[in-house]
Amino acid sequence: MTVTPLGIPRRMLEFTLDGEEARVPEGSTILDACRAAGKDIPTLCEGDTLRPKNACRVCVVEVEGARTLVPACSRKAEPGMEVRTDTERARHSRKVVLELLASSVDLSTTPKVAGWLKEYEAKPDRFGPDAARLNEEPRVDNDLYVRDYDKCILCYKCVDACGDQWQNSFAISVAGRGFDARIAVEHDAPLTDSACVYCGNCIEVCPTGALSFKSEFDMRAAGTWDEARQTETTTVCAYCGVGCNLTLHVQDNEIVKVTSPHDNPVTHGNLCIKGRFGYQHVQNRD
Amino acid sequence: MDLHFGDSKPTDEERAAVDALLGPPESSWEGAARDEMRAADLRWARGGREARDRRDLLLPGLHAVNDRIGWISEGALDYLCRRLTVPPAEAYGVATFYAMFSVKPRPATVLHVCTDLACAAAGAPQLCAGIEARLGPGSGVSVERSPCLGLCERAPAALAVRAGDPVRTAVSAPATVEAAVLAASSPGSAPEEPPAALAVPQAGQDGLTLLHRVGVVDPSSLDDYRAHGGYTALRRAFELGPAGVIREVTDSGLVGRGGAAFPTGRKWQATASQPDRPHYLVCNADESEPGTFKDRVLMEGDPYALVEAMTIAGYATGAHKGYLYLRGEYPRALRLLEHAITQARARGLLGDDVLGQGYAFDIEIRRGAGAYICGEETALFNSIEGYRGEPRSKPPFPVEKGLFGKPTVENNVETLVNVLPVLTMGAPAYAAIGTGRSTGPKLFCVSGSVERPGVYEVPFGATLGEVLTLAGVREGLRAVLLGGAAGGFVRADELDVPLTFEGTREAGTTLGSGVVMAFDDSVPLPRLLLRIAEFFRDESCGQCVPCRVGTVRQEEALHRIVERTGADAAGDIALLREVGRAMRDASICGLGQTAWNAVESAIDRLGAYE
Ligand code: SF4
Ligand code: SF4
Ligand code: SF4
Ligand code: FES
Ligand code: FES
Repeated sequence: MTVTPLGIPRRMLEFTLDGEEARVPEGSTILDACRAAGKDIPTLCEGDTLRPKNACRVCVVEVEGARTLVPACSRKAEPGMEVRTDTERARHSRKVVLELLASSVDLSTTPKVAGWLKEYEAKPDRFGPDAARLNEEPRVDNDLYVRDYDKCILCYKCVDACGDQWQNSFAISVAGRGFDARIAVEHDAPLTDSACVYCGNCIEVCPTGALSFKSEFDMRAAGTWDEARQTETTTVCAYCGVGCNLTLHVQDNEIVKVTSPHDNPVTHGNLCIKGRFGYQHVQNRD
Repeated sequence: MDLHFGDSKPTDEERAAVDALLGPPESSWEGAARDEMRAADLRWARGGREARDRRDLLLPGLHAVNDRIGWISEGALDYLCRRLTVPPAEAYGVATFYAMFSVKPRPATVLHVCTDLACAAAGAPQLCAGIEARLGPGSGVSVERSPCLGLCERAPAALAVRAGDPVRTAVSAPATVEAAVLAASSPGSAPEEPPAALAVPQAGQDGLTLLHRVGVVDPSSLDDYRAHGGYTALRRAFELGPAGVIREVTDSGLVGRGGAAFPTGRKWQATASQPDRPHYLVCNADESEPGTFKDRVLMEGDPYALVEAMTIAGYATGAHKGYLYLRGEYPRALRLLEHAITQARARGLLGDDVLGQGYAFDIEIRRGAGAYICGEETALFNSIEGYRGEPRSKPPFPVEKGLFGKPTVENNVETLVNVLPVLTMGAPAYAAIGTGRSTGPKLFCVSGSVERPGVYEVPFGATLGEVLTLAGVREGLRAVLLGGAAGGFVRADELDVPLTFEGTREAGTTLGSGVVMAFDDSVPLPRLLLRIAEFFRDESCGQCVPCRVGTVRQEEALHRIVERTGADAAGDIALLREVGRAMRDASICGLGQTAWNAVESAIDRLGAYE
């Protein structure tokens, strides 16, 4: 069991959520309040371990008096605010945003998106067969992980995880701008020539599978990846004394990838290269 | 932070370009040659926080290399990163954000040929084709199609930049193939640009308030400026004290001229009262709205006025440092303002003790590098700080957390220059100009199908027709684009709209940045709309989905219907509307929120595609 430290007690504030009174601790976002009230709002760039960049705009809601819609994931609830989450206006924006995304990138490995596309009746095809797509080839330039930017929604999570929010390696950043913006290392070099230390924390946070373990990438290509057949076991990393938690994903008695529990108060899902990728010796059976 | 640098080395020239800005490296930790390594290097490392605090020199550093070499190589970028302790991946992200930089080799001379609205109407496509035919491969000139260069009154326009020490620039406008090729092949000997006053058809007339010195004073002479009333407003400011200045500005009813129309006095008050220090003043001179050139004309024709106005704004809001963020495409304004600031400093009008009043204030110029989005205030802060020019989400607002996370007041050039008459004539007299809710004089940039394109000053409340009459509107007017690419079109029979914030809002349009671009019936409307869509697609920062992908989908739809009307276009128009609505509602910043306005207005008001 993980222990969640209790912060300083916070004052509660009141506002209206879809016509009902809502009470949340000061500092909560609208999304926190929605989740507490059991409302399901789609999110993509929001993640439990990082400050959201509010770039995807699928979580927009209507706030009384605001000229535009606001991102629920980042806007703090304020006393007296009147928030509506499911208006025609908010639903329209979410639908179009989902269509825009699905028409430009490959969302086939993004959890939950298929359900949202259906729920919002999104039709990504209506932009026609010539709609510009990213059309990126997967970059396989090292043995540990693959960057398949054809699946990238530019959520900035990997940038933040590699940068000042977690790893402090600053190995990746956004390059270019507009539709041509891409995640890249310096000089758009191969990963092996970059400042990457292969901690894999960027893979941990990537919401779309644009970053994935080489093992997963290869198995998907071979058609053998099958999450239904996988078991997950959380254990403690044995390499050093820090004691990070590892979750081993095992399929057919082979470790296929390693993640780390985000609710661990010390590591929040972060690992180093050894914990994340150094599992081959476990299954060296010769 | 444990930075990793590759093995690419700068050339001597690249190193010299960076060192000219930052000084020679003090230790091998920051890039001095290994054999120069001193014993002390083994014990201490300059760098760390001290170097990281200079991150804001990244953009000037990129300019230094790009100016000298013409492009930014891996070795040069890595060296700059070492000097500033900036991760190379981030610096690469910054370098690739701006249109004026290249991270691929290119010829030392770049000729930017404007293909934007006014220039397109004035024959830019033929000009481009002609230039390209003359300057084929191997000419040593890279011809690049450019968004509006802010020279619309002299459309079509071209700007040549030749890298070297020093970098040379030449402007050709109105450009012919010969003149543009000459500017590119010998920028040093290209003919001088005409004086800024030529862009002000009213120059020298009585009754001008903002433009009264343009064409009258010598823009390079501080004495001449003072002889024409310069620095009386600053003296008055010192008499009034900071709170008194803010009161005057508030009472004058002055609102921001950049498009958002926020009351200037309120903004200043909100910044002045922040306990957090230091406070910063930022002058937004990144005028990049297609069709806008008034700030350029003010800066070129009366540069000291801006220096004085910034000093007053800094004094009132408790700032001791002002950043002047200037469009990268304005080389003459840069020269004149650099000169003006140096002169003002030498004469005690900037520096530790302004006018002997014990108030310290100085101005630093920062050059943009070709990104329309950097005119958005928070993107501008990021750009100065050495990050990608991506807008931040608000709240927090700049008055609380702006440049370097500190309380910041940000005003554009025209707004600041208005502060001078507010102080010299007093708030009541100023407020008496214009209408009740839109007070003071207003500048309009008139271009397109008119006899005398240029910057016009009229009191708020003049009608669109009156402004067009001043500029000599031509026969066959079909439409007027009001407010620029982010504004909207009005019909030729709507010229009685009063040019005030309320009046244009009532008429369902906007004043925006003061653009009045006239189009006669020879201009193919669908092409124009396509150009607007292309502009926003190019200038989107790419941060948020509705704008990054929405601008592309809109451009595609407009491409499909460029030759179509009626039922054939209906499906795509419906698509445009749906995407446009989501962009307006869900984009992070004003760019995405307004990118659809002009096209929508052309469909609704002009019946484009009917
Ligand atoms: S693996 Fe770690 S160091 Fe490498 S890019 Fe990802 S987050 Fe950065
Ligand atoms: S690679 Fe993944 S984490 Fe990084 S921006 Fe793209 S989608 Fe987000
Ligand atoms: S609206 Fe466009 S320019 Fe503004 S933040 Fe979003 S992508 Fe960037
Ligand atoms: S989840 Fe809120 S904007 Fe992406
Ligand atoms: S300079 Fe070409 S449109 Fe403005």
